[in-house]
Amino acid sequence: MTEGISETIIGKYPDSRGHFGPYGGIFVAETLMAPLDELRQAYERYRQDPAFLAEIDKDLQDYVGRPSPIYHAERWSSELGGAQLYLKREDLNHTGAHKVNNTIGQALLAKRMGKTRIIAETGAGQHGVATATVAARLGLECVVYMGAVDVARQEANVYRMKLLGATVVPVTSGSKTLKDALNEAMRDWVTNVDNTFYIIGTVAGPHPYPAMVRDFQTVIGREARAQMLARNGKLPDALVACVGGGSNAIGLFYPFLDDAEVTIYGVEAAGDGLDSGHHAAPLCAGRPGVLHGNRTYLMEDRDGQIIETHSVSAGLDYPGVGPEHAWLKDSGRANYVAITDAEALAAFHSLTRIEGIIPALESSHALAYAQQLAPRMSPEQSILINLSGRGDKDMHTVAAREGLKL
Amino acid sequence: MSRLESCFAQLAEQGRSALVSYITAGDPHPDHSLELMRALVRGGSDVIELGVPFSDPMADGPVIQRAVERALRHHVSLQDVLALVKRFRQQDQTTPVVLMGYLNPVEVMGFAAFASAAAAAGVDGVLTVDMPPEESEGLVPALRSQGLDPIYLLAPTSDAGRIQRICAQASGFVYYVSIKGVTGAAHLDLEGVRAKVAEIKAQTGLPVGVGFGIRDAATAAAIAGLADAVIVGSAIVSRIEQLAEDPQAMLADVENFVTSLRQAMDGSLPLKY
Repeated sequence: MTEGISETIIGKYPDSRGHFGPYGGIFVAETLMAPLDELRQAYERYRQDPAFLAEIDKDLQDYVGRPSPIYHAERWSSELGGAQLYLKREDLNHTGAHKVNNTIGQALLAKRMGKTRIIAETGAGQHGVATATVAARLGLECVVYMGAVDVARQEANVYRMKLLGATVVPVTSGSKTLKDALNEAMRDWVTNVDNTFYIIGTVAGPHPYPAMVRDFQTVIGREARAQMLARNGKLPDALVACVGGGSNAIGLFYPFLDDAEVTIYGVEAAGDGLDSGHHAAPLCAGRPGVLHGNRTYLMEDRDGQIIETHSVSAGLDYPGVGPEHAWLKDSGRANYVAITDAEALAAFHSLTRIEGIIPALESSHALAYAQQLAPRMSPEQSILINLSGRGDKDMHTVAAREGLKL
Repeated sequence: MSRLESCFAQLAEQGRSALVSYITAGDPHPDHSLELMRALVRGGSDVIELGVPFSDPMADGPVIQRAVERALRHHVSLQDVLALVKRFRQQDQTTPVVLMGYLNPVEVMGFAAFASAAAAAGVDGVLTVDMPPEESEGLVPALRSQGLDPIYLLAPTSDAGRIQRICAQASGFVYYVSIKGVTGAAHLDLEGVRAKVAEIKAQTGLPVGVGFGIRDAATAAAIAGLADAVIVGSAIVSRIEQLAEDPQAMLADVENFVTSLRQAMDGSLPLKY
């Protein structure tokens, strides 16, 4: 066990006010304190309600297609000549990524709370699509805030959301990207608190969001832990997942936190390189501050203004990170590393050509790090990688990097 | 007695409500901020609320968001805002100045360093929009040790228990957000505000200011009838925005507008500007 960490971590964090050590908390204007408290109370009640949990489980099975399989990437493992590589196939979920695990949980909670209107922020559009999907199914009004820059570069997802009946609102303030969409969603929420439920897409935001989204995503790690034990009779030696806000990563990591023998790696987006300044790696190259309702590591300038981030992967292009990751970094329980655009693209091509699986560019960051890690380990060891999403949405981006227009 | 205390005490004696006027520091250009502050005072503002630019103003509506963006084009920092207050204080030792902003720039400077620099510059109160009392154990003791007033928000969603807890921690005045929404929003519900202000005043002897949604002389006068302070932000900032290219006209227009608010609040002018 890493020094400085008590024997068990699971179930200890956050504290009653949402703190993970010095991180997390509730940093919002007074008007939102009561609705956040209402949400916290509702969540604490329903998370222990067998009927609610059974409803989520049924949807995860019948609608999402869970459990997602573990796939042993044998060809890729033998080419790398080291540890055995296993993929947790979140890319096979309905809507193509892990995001839906969370939107189902929050939308069912919204319904129990009697809210009739759903709002969400989205960057690349994956969380927006996953939210619009469950809103359509439950017959709830849905408004998705999306930076105007992202609306222009993610046309296909904007169209998907509209097909699903959502209203997509382009956000033109600030840098016109994900962080500004989050600001705008918060402004909507504060204006329409009586009938509106805000579905945050990652393990950030004010308490209880980081804990609640984590809990909905831990289905990934719970399944994976049992699947690895059933397959190999032992746990994997290492876990690897990409970290933007960090919901797929915490979903995989959390059920393994008390397994001291499992080494944990979160992979941030190094963009053009950590030294270039064009990246989205607050844990590797940022510092603690307060944004979007919680204290965590941020990308900011010396005046405390939030700076624009860069990653080839829109889903990692965010200047903050979930507060639990900040705490896992400081405590030493998890390691955080960074992978450049070029390295992620190389891994994208490797998995596509060697295993016939086209990964999302976000997940390609985790694959790229596993590709570096595996040769340093023995063939008896294993690495479990969260393949958090599929790459269909990234065809235009990859083609454009190669000078092609689809 | 702090500047805020004596300001409110004096107004109470005269039976008048305070006019608290907001501008974003550095908007539209850092060169105009000092003159704008003086214009606010000449127009009859009792307290100046000075917005500290932050890249992610989550609680602000479009008018103040654009003001912040204009200021940030000139990289106006918290240090610059404190330097501005210092220059203002060289000529005006009586008008209280309250900083209004978000926590992150303060956290980057460091709570103790910020509090002592703010006090030295002549700041009187600090309103940190995204810092509820539950998260204030770092900053508020630092402010108190320098004699600065922590100003807290109260909202339509604050219940009796919260109102009591917040008033117990606040000093200077408390700021009642009159609507569920962001700065500059419409639909001021006067009867709702009257009832909530009465509820707050039953809990505290502190002056109660009302802001968000006060856009003209008529609404200012109506709020003056039921609160100790009328806080006007977006309505002033949108005038600055409209005349940003013509600084002389902008200064004159802002002063005239503030004068119209002041006169309407004091009942000496028809409620039209």
